[in-house]
Amino acid sequence: MLKKRILARIDVKNEFVVKGIQFDGLRKLGDPNEKAYSYYNQEIDEIIFMDAVAAYYDRNSLTDIIEKACENIFVPITVGGGIRTIENIHELLRVGADKVAINTQAIKDPDFLREASLTFGSQCIVSSIVAKQIDNNKWEVYIDNGREPTGIDVLQWAKKVQELGAGEILLSAVDKDGLKKGFDIKLNKAVNEVVTIPVISASGAGKKEHILELFKEAHTDAVALGSILHYNLENIEIIKEYCNNNEVLVR
Amino acid sequence: MKNIVIIDYNLGNIKSIVNAFQNFKIELTISDKKEEILNADALILPGVGSFSQGMKNLKEKDLIETIQEYSKTGKPLLGICLGMQLLFSKSFEFGESDGLDIIKGSVEKLDVPKNTKLPHISWNEIYQNNKWEDTIFNGLDEYSNVYFVHSYACNPINKDLVLSYTNYFGVEFCSSVNKGQIYGCQFHPEKSSKVGLLIIENFIKLAGLNNE
Repeated sequence: MLKKRILARIDVKNEFVVKGIQFDGLRKLGDPNEKAYSYYNQEIDEIIFMDAVAAYYDRNSLTDIIEKACENIFVPITVGGGIRTIENIHELLRVGADKVAINTQAIKDPDFLREASLTFGSQCIVSSIVAKQIDNNKWEVYIDNGREPTGIDVLQWAKKVQELGAGEILLSAVDKDGLKKGFDIKLNKAVNEVVTIPVISASGAGKKEHILELFKEAHTDAVALGSILHYNLENIEIIKEYCNNNEVLVR
Repeated sequence: MKNIVIIDYNLGNIKSIVNAFQNFKIELTISDKKEEILNADALILPGVGSFSQGMKNLKEKDLIETIQEYSKTGKPLLGICLGMQLLFSKSFEFGESDGLDIIKGSVEKLDVPKNTKLPHISWNEIYQNNKWEDTIFNGLDEYSNVYFVHSYACNPINKDLVLSYTNYFGVEFCSSVNKGQIYGCQFHPEKSSKVGLLIIENFIKLAGLNNE
């Protein structure tokens, strides 16, 4: 049977792992390569590296970190933040990344997403969507690492990115991110209902029960974990065992 | 000096495969040269992307006959993901395209129930059709988890060539194939953690490189 996936999400600023609350007040939490390798040894299913400050500089600065990570980590690696051109993607794949996550540039130029998926295949292109709740059952897309509103509806945009050829969606929620108080179940459920590509849900895990609840209620395909792993609130083995014991099959 | 060649035809990420072999102190030769490919002690055909693009790139590099010729030598060959699919006679992805025809059969879209998520991106289990001893799956547990990213799957005419099956929402598809020393994996061993590394180690042994 198909397995739900447990991913680690590592946000990076100036070569340090960072994590904020609601995309703000970033705290330094160690070395990205050390964290990644440790999660790999604990049987994480995939790893996402995000350049947390790329939006300001309009470029992704993680090449060295990705290249090093790919030498001894043999699970899929996604990299995001500051990806603006087809050449940027080439460079990140060349050093060993399997997928790239794109947010801001896709909003500014939706054709970029289409071009990227045609060039590299849908399996390579993750559409990163950052959502902020604006009303009951209504969410707005944010860009520039959760700072800039776009006026675009999240559910409309999710459908659109699928049409444009994205192979997966990485869904973050500004309101829940870093708080460790659980996921936005309604948001994740709503997005999963309007697309047929896999959704990776981020933002909100603080304990293993949150993860099980997300899988059971929102029918999502994967979860991306930040704070809960970086602060050692739960370990990966225990999360997986808990899911497997409660009818949500993971590797 | 034994030599494992990985074919470079500008399709997808070969760095991960190179890194996985480096983990066993094996340097792959990255090549698109006929001589090097034919003289290899073992050959890897990687690839992600569309079938027709894959064949187009092989054609542009004039490697189609080279790979077919290699496949008749009895030396080990491993096709990964699209590289496995290209070994087959034809595919129905974006219309019909001819493949390398090293293994008779076709590549077809996974016939999953409506509203099932595609592509199939996930860890999933492989289970035995044929015995795994003396193959690159030697030592693997039944129902080992490996990493898949695909929407199409291979369907060999001779079902005895199926090394493992995998089940995706009730659809059973061929997740690996084996004919003599020729292997194809629909999943990515280089992304399948320790299980995948064991498969790569077995392939290295098959190539006779383990004793050096």
